[in-house]
Amino acid sequence: MSWMRFMRRRHWDDERARELQSYVEIETSDNIARGMTPDAARHAAGRKLGNRTRIREDIYTMNTMGVLETWGRDVRYGVRVLRRNPTFAAVALLTLALGIGANTAAFAVLNSVLFEPLPYPNADELVAVWNRAPGTPGLADVSGGLRLSPSMYVTYAEGNRTFEHIGIWSPRAAAVTAVSEPEQMRSIAVSDGTLQALGVPPQLGRWFSAADQNPGGTPAVMLGHGYWQRRFGGDRNVLGRIITVEAVPHEIIGVMPRGFRVVDTDADILVPLRLERSRLLRTGFTYLGVARLKPGATIATANADLARMFSTWLNGWPGGSTQFYESMRLTPDIRPLKQDVVGGVGRILWVVMGTIGIVLLIACANVTNLLLVRAEGRQQEVALRAALGAGSWRLTRELLLESVLLALIGGLLGIAAAHAALRLLVSFGPVGLPRLEDIALDARALTFALLVSLGAGVLLGLAPALKYPRRRIAAALHGIGRTVGISRERHRTQNLLVVAQVALALVLLVGSGLMIRTFQALRAVEPGFTNPEQLQIMRIVIPTPTVAEPERVVRLQNDIVNSLAAIPGVVSVGYVNSMPMEGLPPSSDPITVEGRPVGPSDGPGPVRRLKYLSPGLLAASGTRLVAGRDLTWAEVYDVRPVVLVSENLAREVWGSPADALGKRIRVGGPQAPWREVIGVAQDVRDNGVDAPAPAIVYFSARFSRDGVTRATTFVVRSPQAGTADFLRQVQEAIWANNPTLPVGATQTMQDVYARSLARPTFTLLMLGLAGSVALALGVIGIYGLISYTVTQRRREIGIRLALGASQAEVRRRFVRHGVILTSVGVALGVITAMAVTRLMTSLLFEVSPLDPLTYVAVAVLLVMAAAVASYVPARRASAVQPVEALAAD
Amino acid sequence: MPTRDSPMHSELLQGTLDMLVLHTLVLGAAHGHAIAHAIARQSDAVLQVEHGSLYPALHRLDDRGWITSFWGPSENNRKAKYYRLTPEGRKQVGAQAARGQQLVHAIGRILEPVTAQP
Repeated sequence: MSWMRFMRRRHWDDERARELQSYVEIETSDNIARGMTPDAARHAAGRKLGNRTRIREDIYTMNTMGVLETWGRDVRYGVRVLRRNPTFAAVALLTLALGIGANTAAFAVLNSVLFEPLPYPNADELVAVWNRAPGTPGLADVSGGLRLSPSMYVTYAEGNRTFEHIGIWSPRAAAVTAVSEPEQMRSIAVSDGTLQALGVPPQLGRWFSAADQNPGGTPAVMLGHGYWQRRFGGDRNVLGRIITVEAVPHEIIGVMPRGFRVVDTDADILVPLRLERSRLLRTGFTYLGVARLKPGATIATANADLARMFSTWLNGWPGGSTQFYESMRLTPDIRPLKQDVVGGVGRILWVVMGTIGIVLLIACANVTNLLLVRAEGRQQEVALRAALGAGSWRLTRELLLESVLLALIGGLLGIAAAHAALRLLVSFGPVGLPRLEDIALDARALTFALLVSLGAGVLLGLAPALKYPRRRIAAALHGIGRTVGISRERHRTQNLLVVAQVALALVLLVGSGLMIRTFQALRAVEPGFTNPEQLQIMRIVIPTPTVAEPERVVRLQNDIVNSLAAIPGVVSVGYVNSMPMEGLPPSSDPITVEGRPVGPSDGPGPVRRLKYLSPGLLAASGTRLVAGRDLTWAEVYDVRPVVLVSENLAREVWGSPADALGKRIRVGGPQAPWREVIGVAQDVRDNGVDAPAPAIVYFSARFSRDGVTRATTFVVRSPQAGTADFLRQVQEAIWANNPTLPVGATQTMQDVYARSLARPTFTLLMLGLAGSVALALGVIGIYGLISYTVTQRRREIGIRLALGASQAEVRRRFVRHGVILTSVGVALGVITAMAVTRLMTSLLFEVSPLDPLTYVAVAVLLVMAAAVASYVPARRASAVQPVEALAAD
Repeated sequence: MPTRDSPMHSELLQGTLDMLVLHTLVLGAAHGHAIAHAIARQSDAVLQVEHGSLYPALHRLDDRGWITSFWGPSENNRKAKYYRLTPEGRKQVGAQAARGQQLVHAIGRILEPVTAQP
C-alpha cells in the first residue's frame, strides 16, 4: 500500500471495473463458443465471476488507510454542512476567530514577556543586585529597593565568591557634539563587569575593560547598533575614531550588535564609568547592579556572600556616620534579572489573559447555542441516518468533528487576527509594557492557538454531540413534518448557557468598572503641577569642560531662563534637577531638625528626597506655595543657606506649614550648615500619580560654594508648548547663549503625566475592550435565546392570543424569561466577581475590589441590556397572527 | 472438513494462489481469465480459482512489484488487462517454487500414515 495508490484509489477502482468487465466478455465469448446462447453465456460468465462489487471493495480497502478514509469523509461532510449554512458558519467563525485570536495574542505577549528568557546567553544566571534598607524607607526608589553605591560595587567586585562578574550601570543623558549639531544621546555609563556579566559579544571591537574605568587618558566609548547605523552609516572603520561626549573627546572602541540593551534600557552610546577610587564615599546609591552567578551559586548564597562583606564595605570607605549606616539596616537584595525587567507588568498580563480567556468562554457559549439550535433542526436528518444504520459513535464523531473543524478554521483565522493585533500592539507601543521588541507569535504561541482551538472545538461539540444521537429514533422520526414542542431538556441547556454567559460577562464588566473607577481616582489626584499640556520641558546639561566654575554655570542657566522668558507667549520659566514622574534617579539624604534630636543616639533623622531648583520653577510648574515665599536669584548667587520644604514634611515635623517658616534644618552630616526654611510648597506626586507624595526638601540649584546642579530639566509654560515652531524658538534661545549646549528629552509635561498613567491606561483599555465584547456577546446570547424561543413557540403564542391573551401579556412573558435568566446570571456573577476581583487588587487605586457602586451599576446595566435584548423578539411574538401561526402546520 | 470433495472450492492455503499465479506467468503474459483457466487446466481441474481471490491476489502481487500489467487485445480481439512477471517476480518464482515443494512435502508427510492404512 502506498501513498500514490491511496491518492489514486478511485482511478485504480475504475481500472479494476474495466478489467472485470473484460473478464466477463472473454468468458461470455468462450461460453458462446461452447454453444450457449449469448444471453445464457453472459449470465453464466457473471455467475462465475461472482459479486463484482465485492471484489472491487476488497481491493479498494486494500488501497486505503482506514482511519484516514473515514475521517476524510467526515471532514468533507462537515465542510459540506458548513457551506450549506453560510450565515451560521460566518457568525460562528467570526466569533471563534475573535475569541481564539485575542487569546493567542494575549498568550503571545504573556509568553514573550514573562516566559521567554532575556536575550542574553544563559540568561537565568543573571541577577539584579539591590540593597534593602528598612531603616530608611525614604531612600527606596520606585522599584522598591535601594541602589548600589560605587564604593559598594568596588567592595563586592573585589571580594565576592559567588559572581562570575558584577557591574553597576546607570542611564544618563549625554551630549555628543563632534559629529554634527549638538544632540543629546541616550547613554549608559557602565562599570567594568557589566558587559561581561551580560555576555553579549560586541559586533565590532571590544568591551570596556577594567583599565577603561581609570581616570586619565582618552576615555573609551562604545556605540549602540542604531546610532552606529544612523550617524556612521554602519561604517566598519569607526574603531579608533574620536567623538566628543560631554565636551570630552572619546575614542570609539566597539559597537554592540542590534537589539542589545543593558537590562531594559536601550542606548545610543555606552561610556565607561570612571571611578576615582581615592575619592569614593560610602554614599551615592544611584547605580543599578547586575551580576552573573557562578555555576552552583544561588540567590540565597549570593545574598549571604554580600552580607558577609557589609562590614568590609562600612569600614573600608569614608563619608557619613557609621552609626547612621548601621541604623539603615542595609542588607543585600538580589533578584532574578528578569523580575527586574518585567516588574509589575506580569500581574496585569495575567489579569488580561484571564479576562480574554473568559471572553472566549462566552464566545463558545454563544456558538454552542447556535450549534444546539442547528442540531435541533437536523434532528430528523440524524434520526433518519441512525435508522438507516449509521452507528451512534459515527454520528457523535461527525458532530464533534464538525465543531472541531469549525473551531480549527476559526483558530486559523484567529492566528491571522492575532498576528495583526500583535503588530498593532508593537507599533502602538504601550509605554510601560517591557520587552516589547521581544513580542512574537512563536511556535509556542501557535501551539497554544492550536490547543485552544481543539479544546474549544470539543467543548462546542460536546453538548450537541452527547445529546442528539442518543435520542430515540422513533420519537424523532415521528416528528417529521410537524413542529413539535421543544424538549425541556434542551431548554435547560440553553438557559444554563445564557446564565453562564451573563455571569461571566458580569465578572468582566465589574473588572473594567473597577478600572474605570481607578482611573477616575487617578485623574482626581492633584499631581502638584497644573495644565501639564502647557509645560514644555527639556533636559540641558552643562558639562564641566564647557563651563567649569559653579558661579558661571548658574549665570549661564539664569541667562537661558531669561532668553526663554523672552519668547513671545511664554508665561514663566524655571529649572530643576528633575521634574515629577520623569523617572530620573532621585537624590536623598538624611535631615536633622534643629533643636529636635531624632532617634536614640542624636544621629541624623530619616532620609528625605532632595530637589534642586531655580527661582520661578514652582510658579512655572504650577506648584502652589502653601506658606512663605519662593527662592530669589540673589539668594542663589549668594549661596544663602535657605530651603523650601513640602507641605507633608512641614506638617510631619512642625505640625503646620506656617510653623515651619524660619525654622532650621541640616541635610547630611554634622559638618553641614543649618538652613532656614523660607517657604512650604504643595505636595508633589514625584514617584507617579499612584504613589504617595514623598517628603521633599528643595535646595537652591547652587546648593553650596562648590556645588551646582549641572544636569537640569528646564520648564517653560506657554500655550504654544509642544508645537514645532515653539521648539525651534526654544532651541534658538538656548543656543544664543551657548551653541554647544545640547537639548534633550524634549517633551511636554502632559507626555510625562500620561506615561505615569500608562499601565492603568493599558489595563483599562484591555479590560474595557474585553468587557464590551462580553456585554455584546451576552446581549446577543439573550437575544438569540428569546428569538429562538419565540420562533419555536409561535403555535403556543397563536393559541394564547386566540384565547384572548393581550399582546402586552405575551410580551411580558418573554421579557420576564430573559430578565429572570439574567438575574440568576447576575447573582452568580456577583459571587464569582467578589472572589475573583481580589486578584486585581494591586492594579486598583483607592478603589476596593468590592466597590458597591461598580457592582450595582454593572448589575443594573446588564439587567437593562437583557430587558432590551428580550423586548425586541418579544415584540415580534406579540405581533404573531393567531390564524397564520395555527395554519402554518 | 471439506463439504465438497472435488473440485476443490475451498480456500487455497495462504500464499499458494500467489505462487500458482507467478508460475502461470513464467510462460508469458496472460490476462486474469487466462490465468484462472491455466491454473484449472494444469491442475486437471482440481484447483478452481475463486475470482474473488484471484483479482485481489493479482493486485497484491502488482503491489509488491512482482508482476506488472498492461492493456492488450485478447484472443478474440477484446481489450483485456494482461499481467507479466517483472525481473523481481521472476526471482520470486524460484523461491516460491522451493517453498511450494517444501509445503507439498510437508503435507504429504502428515497425510501418509492415514493413506497407508485405510
